[in-house]
Amino acid sequence: MPRTSLVLKRIYPVAPRDLERAGTVSTAVRRELLDLGVGADVVRRASIICFEGEMNLVLYSTGGRVILLVEDDRVELLFSDHGPGIADVELASQPGYSTAPDWARELGFGAGLGITNMEQNSDLFKIRSRVGKGTVVRATILRGIPFF
Amino acid sequence: MQLSQVSAELGLDALATPEPNREVRGGYCSDLLSDVLAHAQPGDLWITHQRHLNVVAVAKLREAAGVVFVRGLRPAPEVIARAQAEGVNLLLAAHPAFETAGRLYALLHR
Repeated sequence: MPRTSLVLKRIYPVAPRDLERAGTVSTAVRRELLDLGVGADVVRRASIICFEGEMNLVLYSTGGRVILLVEDDRVELLFSDHGPGIADVELASQPGYSTAPDWARELGFGAGLGITNMEQNSDLFKIRSRVGKGTVVRATILRGIPFF
Repeated sequence: MQLSQVSAELGLDALATPEPNREVRGGYCSDLLSDVLAHAQPGDLWITHQRHLNVVAVAKLREAAGVVFVRGLRPAPEVIARAQAEGVNLLLAAHPAFETAGRLYALLHR
């Protein structure tokens, strides 16, 4: 797909198990998009994708980062970490499937809807993972600019 | 109906109301954060037992009109402070979730 010009790029590190700060990346991303005048529907979808992705990094990874890319025709969110990796991405993507520990479930996490929520709010969605190496998730929202 | 009016009609305790004029369009009852993100609508009052910091983020991102904690379960002061700073309304109900939801439903659909 041809790329359009980059409007904004932001990189946010995410620390593992830091629930106190969890949600701050999503809140910052939402604010950036609102400041850029991105449409309300795109902002809502990006916010949900970002929160779920951020929470997955906090709860399951050994640490990672979120990259926000805004282009004329799309908003892209990239989540990457250095482990532990997902053995069966298809299984992990199934609604209701979760490996969340009890303490996280008691806080309302681990419903097994995270990846589903990310996918349903994306126009393009891709997970690449290797056990022992890490995971990269790319979620793209098209901004609906018509082609002429 | 405005949040401040809903709060008064239901006898809720206003823990933080940085946006008292927010329009309440409906309600959503859930303790699962992903479920709220998937199914709550902007302008809903979110009724929940969860009362940690991430609730503020979810309410903000989902554009909820506010959060109602039930059964007198009060969140920690830092949660209230974060909500105040982020512009998220927090209310406290003395009643359990079932009754709180019923009262809100009746109020919005009378």
